[in-house]
Amino acid sequence: MKCRVCRAPAVLDIRRHNAAFCREHFLTHCREQVRRAIDDQHMVAAGERVLVAVSGGKDSLALWDILVDLGYDADGLYLGLGIGEYSDASGQAARGFARRRELALREVDLAADYGYDVPGAAAATHRPPCGACGLSKRHVFNAVAVEAGYDVVATGHNLDDEAAVLLGNVLRWETGYLGRQHPVLPATPGFARKVKPLYRLGERETAAYCVLAGIDYQVDECPMAEGNRHLGYKEVLNALEDRSPGTKAAFVFRFVDHAHDRFADEAGTEREGLRACDECGSPTTGDVCAFCRLRERVGSRAVHAQ
Amino acid sequence: MKVVLRNPRRELEMPGPLTVAALLDRLEVNPESVLVIQGDTLVTRDVRLSDTDIVEIRPVTSGGAE
Repeated sequence: MKCRVCRAPAVLDIRRHNAAFCREHFLTHCREQVRRAIDDQHMVAAGERVLVAVSGGKDSLALWDILVDLGYDADGLYLGLGIGEYSDASGQAARGFARRRELALREVDLAADYGYDVPGAAAATHRPPCGACGLSKRHVFNAVAVEAGYDVVATGHNLDDEAAVLLGNVLRWETGYLGRQHPVLPATPGFARKVKPLYRLGERETAAYCVLAGIDYQVDECPMAEGNRHLGYKEVLNALEDRSPGTKAAFVFRFVDHAHDRFADEAGTEREGLRACDECGSPTTGDVCAFCRLRERVGSRAVHAQ
Repeated sequence: MKVVLRNPRRELEMPGPLTVAALLDRLEVNPESVLVIQGDTLVTRDVRLSDTDIVEIRPVTSGGAE
């Protein structure tokens, strides 16, 4: 295969674009897709400070690299989840990248700063660990952004992530979640704006970006995610994509452009009922936010176990 | 050729020559879910791999979405 741009030998083909690229033009393609996502969806304005949620995986490191290359003022935030060797290697990848690119990386550790870790939370709640992990990330990333004065939290959700979440939301007609599923969640009192600048890139592209840009990322899969529902959705979507390239992009992009607004009112109704959490002050619909309830539940289990 | 697989990491031998597309087909791996790496770069579906090549088939699918 030849590069679509320069006709040099290609290193990656992207069937949904009916194109292949050499290294140089593939990296340009990725930056261009992120620039287009940011511009089209008005994700970040000139001069705004961006906090990148960094896991040490391919998506977040590619995102941080591209944002800096595009000229954005972007710091990283790594959250230690306490998932054994997996978290150790993830933290090393995040720190190594920040050091090599001379970027500022903030760190929060669930165990040291909040008294629990993801495996402990999963055991205490008898729920899949991904739930406690996602809840912790959402809370901490937003809390640090609000406290430290960042305008935007950027996450590494890619096209495959968005397609899998969308499929799950549609299969269950989760209309509130559909109203909140968008590449940009505007800032509201107590919440920083959240953006997903990788939503136009598949995870095969973000992984290829890291390999070709020489970024060492955590390749191994999170051991706690094994068998989770979203992996199943991704498998189904990739089977469809293999038969009909472009399916995932059409599913997500057409939802964003033509269907999201139909569900926006439901998300707006939920936001209207928000008040400050009695424990931490974060916005919540009840007296105590879900994050503080999780901490209390894990803490009381630890006391009972003593 | 030597084929390195991940998650869990393991190696297997496959007879060459073989295109990348044919290799993935034989291993029943969806091309959408992996990169194929030879040395420090990536190879496309049409590349013919020889009997002495070493390639890594690296999965790209992350779980743990919220």
